[in-house]
Amino acid sequence: MTRHLLSIDDVSAEEIQRLFATAAEMHDVQKREVKKLPALRGRTVINLFFEDSTRTRSSFEIAGKWLSADVINLSAKGSSASKGESLRDTVLTVTAMGVDGLVMRHSASGAAHQVAGWLDIPVVNAGDGMHEHPTQALLDGYTLQRQLGGPGSLEGKRIAIVGDLTHSRVFRSNVKSLSKLGASVVAVAPPTLMPSGIAEWAKADGFATSYTLDDVLPEVDAVMMLRVQRERMSGGYFPTSREYTVGYGLTRQRLGMLRDGVPILHPGPMNRGLEISPEAADAASSRILDQVSAGVAIRMSVLYHLLAGEEG
Amino acid sequence: MSDDALEPATDGRVVLDARDISRALTRISHEILERNRDAVDLVLLGLHTRGVPLAQRIAARIEAAEGHPVAHGALDVTMYRDDLRTHPTRAPHHTQIPPGGIDGKTVVLVDDVLFSGRTVRAALDALADYGRPAVVRLAVLVDRGHRQLPIRADHVGKNLPTARSERVGLRLEETDGIDEVRIVELEGVPA
Repeated sequence: MTRHLLSIDDVSAEEIQRLFATAAEMHDVQKREVKKLPALRGRTVINLFFEDSTRTRSSFEIAGKWLSADVINLSAKGSSASKGESLRDTVLTVTAMGVDGLVMRHSASGAAHQVAGWLDIPVVNAGDGMHEHPTQALLDGYTLQRQLGGPGSLEGKRIAIVGDLTHSRVFRSNVKSLSKLGASVVAVAPPTLMPSGIAEWAKADGFATSYTLDDVLPEVDAVMMLRVQRERMSGGYFPTSREYTVGYGLTRQRLGMLRDGVPILHPGPMNRGLEISPEAADAASSRILDQVSAGVAIRMSVLYHLLAGEEG
Repeated sequence: MSDDALEPATDGRVVLDARDISRALTRISHEILERNRDAVDLVLLGLHTRGVPLAQRIAARIEAAEGHPVAHGALDVTMYRDDLRTHPTRAPHHTQIPPGGIDGKTVVLVDDVLFSGRTVRAALDALADYGRPAVVRLAVLVDRGHRQLPIRADHVGKNLPTARSERVGLRLEETDGIDEVRIVELEGVPA
């Protein structure tokens, strides 16, 4: 494992399987009465979030605490960043307090890479702008691999990723990790939400694209719905939310197009009735809550491998 | 997982062969039975890696003698080790606690080689997170001495006095395709 987890590029297919194997054991800890392992006793992790997040931040917090690390949450709201301090000064200041690991979310793409260059402690990217969200992609891959039958089961599978691809770091990280796991991705979005230049990118990275969800659904082994990110959209991508749902929502009708038992994923938070219908979100084949519990297991695995061993 | 068991030796001299190992396990099984009549409330937990098949073999012997199955499982102590910071991280193995749990039970930890005692210390810590056994005992196939902690085994297959400059290499059918224990002289280590 590298010293940081900034991008899925940092981990090989083999390392991903090692992270998954560890996560599977961490998953068992969630079922124990004593949900605590001593591996990170005496180590301190800071969750530095410059962007709103509930589940990712609490997931990292629980993961760190169950490994016995001391976890400190800092959000940019009410911090010195809102008083005009530079990113560099903020991270140098908080890490100067004697921190062993930094988990960071930032609205600027590449922020985690930049910060990692300033620090000599491991940095985990918890989402940087429209760039990457590696732990989300790992927990998605882990959830799917578990569902489809263990290591190697994603080989040759077709996974649809549907929605706002332009703004989605979840999409970017998932394309990389799912292809490392041997799956082939079909990226589905309206033309206005397809990243520019996606044709060359799809060719280089070996995934397919489509504008027509109805053509794709009957032939996939899993479907991952992305959130419509209202906060990143200042209009113009689609006329109305009703129109988006008609073309790209996983509606009750479309649920019937999927083969039996095809797992449905969503990174959350969901806009029920917009990109995903309540019938789909609550379907027996929905793995959305499994993703949440897998998130803790994957983050425990990542923190353990980055922070528990000898200094790199 | 004992400190010696990472890469089992294939050189040096054989000190226990398959029949010696089999006899030692039979004796340990009978000793365990003598201390725990009828094998009720008994739980055998093998320590990864090679303690796990040993616990299974002992469980099979006890079952053959008593006519009913004995609860057994596997315990991984990776996350509880005191030397995590001095090695690259390893993925933990699977811990398998039998369905009845360990509360109020007599737990016998089973390992291959007892050396520094640090693995057993980690196992005792791990055990406390899974429940509260009435009694915890330790069974090892080989005790090679050189303890660094106040820990001793209750059931020992074979006492093998060794020098620190020697390495005990244990291989098992299940993990390595052959049953044998070797002693290998390490070069460059003061005796």
